[in-house]
Amino acid sequence: MGKYGTIARLHELLTTRQISCAELTKKYLGAIETDNGRLNAYIKATPETALAAAEKVDAKIAAGQPIAPLEGIPMTLKDNISTAGIETTCCSKILKGYVPIYDATVWSLLKRQNAVLLGKTNMDEFAMGSTCETSCFGGAKNPHDTGRVAGGSSGGGAAAVGGNLAAYGLGSDTGGSIRQPASFCGIVGFKPTYGAVSRYGLVAFASSFDQIGPITQSVEDAALVYDAISAYDEMDSTSSGRKEPAFPSLGNDIRGKKIGIAKEYFDGVREDVNGAIRKALDVFRSLGAETVELSMPSLKYSLPVYYILACAEASSNLGRYDGIRYGYQTAHYTDRNDMVCKTRSEGFGAEVKRRILLGTYVLSAGYYDAYYKKAQNLRGTIVRAFENAFQKCDLMLAPTVPMTAFASGRTAKDPVETYLTDICTVPVNIAGLPGISVPCGTGADGMPVGLQLIGPKFSEAAVLNAANRYELAARESSFKAVKAGVSL
Amino acid sequence: MNYELVCGLETHVELATKTKIFCSCTTEFGAEPNTHCCPVCIGLPGTLPKLNKAVVEYAVTAGLATHCEINPDAKMDRKNYVYPDLPKAYQISEYDQPLCWNGYVELSSGKKIRLTRIHIEEDAGKLVHERGNTLIDYNRGGVPLIEIVSEPDIRSIGEAAEYVEQLQTIMRYIGVSDCKMQEGSLRCDVNVSVRPKGSDRLGTRTEIKNMNSFSHMTKAIQYEMDRQIDLLESGEDVVQETRRYNEENGCTEGMRGKEDANDYRYFRDPDLVAIRVTDDMVAALKAKMPEDPQKRLARFQTEYGLPEADARLLIDRRRTADYFEAAAKGTKNPRTVANCILGPIFSRLGSDAAKDEFRVSVSPENLNALVSLLDAGKIRKNLVKSTLEKMLDTGKPAAAFLSEKDLAGVNPDDLRKICEQAAADNPNAVKDYRSGKEKALKAVLGAVMKATRGRANPQEAEKILTQIMKA
Repeated sequence: MGKYGTIARLHELLTTRQISCAELTKKYLGAIETDNGRLNAYIKATPETALAAAEKVDAKIAAGQPIAPLEGIPMTLKDNISTAGIETTCCSKILKGYVPIYDATVWSLLKRQNAVLLGKTNMDEFAMGSTCETSCFGGAKNPHDTGRVAGGSSGGGAAAVGGNLAAYGLGSDTGGSIRQPASFCGIVGFKPTYGAVSRYGLVAFASSFDQIGPITQSVEDAALVYDAISAYDEMDSTSSGRKEPAFPSLGNDIRGKKIGIAKEYFDGVREDVNGAIRKALDVFRSLGAETVELSMPSLKYSLPVYYILACAEASSNLGRYDGIRYGYQTAHYTDRNDMVCKTRSEGFGAEVKRRILLGTYVLSAGYYDAYYKKAQNLRGTIVRAFENAFQKCDLMLAPTVPMTAFASGRTAKDPVETYLTDICTVPVNIAGLPGISVPCGTGADGMPVGLQLIGPKFSEAAVLNAANRYELAARESSFKAVKAGVSL
Repeated sequence: MNYELVCGLETHVELATKTKIFCSCTTEFGAEPNTHCCPVCIGLPGTLPKLNKAVVEYAVTAGLATHCEINPDAKMDRKNYVYPDLPKAYQISEYDQPLCWNGYVELSSGKKIRLTRIHIEEDAGKLVHERGNTLIDYNRGGVPLIEIVSEPDIRSIGEAAEYVEQLQTIMRYIGVSDCKMQEGSLRCDVNVSVRPKGSDRLGTRTEIKNMNSFSHMTKAIQYEMDRQIDLLESGEDVVQETRRYNEENGCTEGMRGKEDANDYRYFRDPDLVAIRVTDDMVAALKAKMPEDPQKRLARFQTEYGLPEADARLLIDRRRTADYFEAAAKGTKNPRTVANCILGPIFSRLGSDAAKDEFRVSVSPENLNALVSLLDAGKIRKNLVKSTLEKMLDTGKPAAAFLSEKDLAGVNPDDLRKICEQAAADNPNAVKDYRSGKEKALKAVLGAVMKATRGRANPQEAEKILTQIMKA
């Protein structure tokens, strides 16, 4: 941290004119050219867009005008975030060639700040997966060990930021898709409260779970990006905006704060990962925080609840890809019905089909009550369990993933085993809470481990502040450097 | 055996909001294909719906006008099905918590047709078949609809037609829809079954989809009734199915295909928040509502002394009724006002569409002023019509066509002289009158009116003539 291109550091380099924005941008574009072949983080680079924005920023700096913290900072967007004029595929064959005519709200907000978009990053197809390997472009690789997965679904963004191919990225987190790859790649991933960031322009996977958030090299950066993208948006009825900006709260004391530890989060967690988390807990104690033991038995329903509800919503959200208006269309067909069937059969990958089928099934007449309705009820139970927990503590601490990044090629073999990697991340999405993954050292295999901090709804400032306190206190032991990408 | 019809209707009414239900595209009818569209209403990936508040207000108003209870906590659901005119592959509708329920529409017989529910939903686009190709026009996609579902309370074709007419009148009245069947802003699905008269069991029903004219609807019900009776009479069963009306041969035919087997997989739309209808909102909408057309019909007869048929013609369209009331304000001759509207004004408007629009060059104030002249005895009835025609031609007020002399009438001295002259010119009539034929006076009076070109006050003239002729 700090050594590489954090937002704060790049901002300083730009304002002190140690480097021009165009030079900086070219450095990143060059690094993408040399290293992306190895990492497969980007599925599309956008050098023209990037350099055009950089020019604007350089003109401002030359004119002596002040620039905002994110102005001129090279960044990335996950390929499920709509960008006008730039192909947006969700890494699915079915959306190949689809060029949106409108910008997602988050991208409009950042564009206004002259963000330098380097390209669109790799992801599991329609964000369905935990390894990035369901991408039709092949999976992103872990910058710490390219034989391992970057995680998913925002694997490309995590590999890009972890591999120093961007200062930050925006990902989306439906069941852990920001936090899990951040944990695997040894960086920071933050999922805000549901509604804090507009979903308008985020291609929907599971609408009641999806949330856009930052993938960054430091907690401070996460706070900066969060503040820039969190705002009420009239285009998103479920948007509520943020309660307060997070950046100004950084540096607050966490003495006396109660950190809840629910034992259910630690069931089945690998020993070395558990060890790293326990060590981090000691750091929190040394910062004056207290720990509170909790039990949340309903957490054991998290995975089935998540997979039933998310697949149900996905089965409906993905109905529109029929080859009629945009994207992929099958080459040979007899009639309309045949065209739609073939387009979908050829356009969707196996994991997406699996989830559409599952979601269709749980919503069907005769099964709705047994699956969808029951899962909805249990969702309420889990929401209330968190509400009760936060009566007893200020924040909760848990592992982000029960293991470290595993070897590539595993998803295809056993999808259900891969689903289990989401066990610590999905509860936050079920309850719509803010959650962050921060690096906390390495496992026995030398791969990064992430700790997860969870807060009540709209407690972003408190979550980010606590994470920032930890990060600063544990800097030496928590962060593992990578030799890739841009070094400054 | 004697059979009776058991019929219920699902009526789709397009709401007259300016913009669509989930985006700000215009709802205007008749534009070039795909020009009233945006990323939201064509369902581009990543777009989200945003509920138009006016749609809720219009639907609640429709509910209030049909005596419904209003649901304070409604929600929107997704109805999933695949068809090219539905770009998201689901229609956003309301499944189990509609905005309004438990209402009724009262027929002229006093019978109430109960309404199960009224809910809001989005319309789909339209497929256009052209030279062997199928094209899609999404202009109509996202236009707000209400679906009004009745109980199977209808027992005759006449009742079915009256029910739809009543709905049309009510919806037009409260201004939530223009209900033009020919433009598709009112469409009906009709559920038809028959049973032996006197039975209280419901027979197996069929649903005839998408009736878009009264005559088709009545013919379709008649055909379907006869078909079902024939089946039952020959010992066969009616199959529960969806049918379509074939306009060419006047038959209903079963719709093959998978529509019947559809499992819509309804679930709450996670992109939209709950619809809360507060008591204050309901009270405000109630306060804005016009008088119930049925009550207004009765009032027009008692307050203005109009014959029922005339009152009905005026009530039929709210604009006409409002125009009438403004023009009849304070007048002693409301029937003359009604005749002006039902006569010259209606004949100039001509078509039903023009009557709906009711664009009239004469303001109700100007018509009121014209009839006030009649009230004051300043002009005669025959002058009203001819003056109105001139007013309609030019849009100018009555004063432009009536000279000072016309309006001033005839002064009493002059009138006496004219009356004396008229009596002198008609000695036979005077003789008849004196011998007891009172009617003979009318002939002399006619001469007076002719001489004054209608400007004389007939009551005054009659008084003078009586004096002269009795002498």
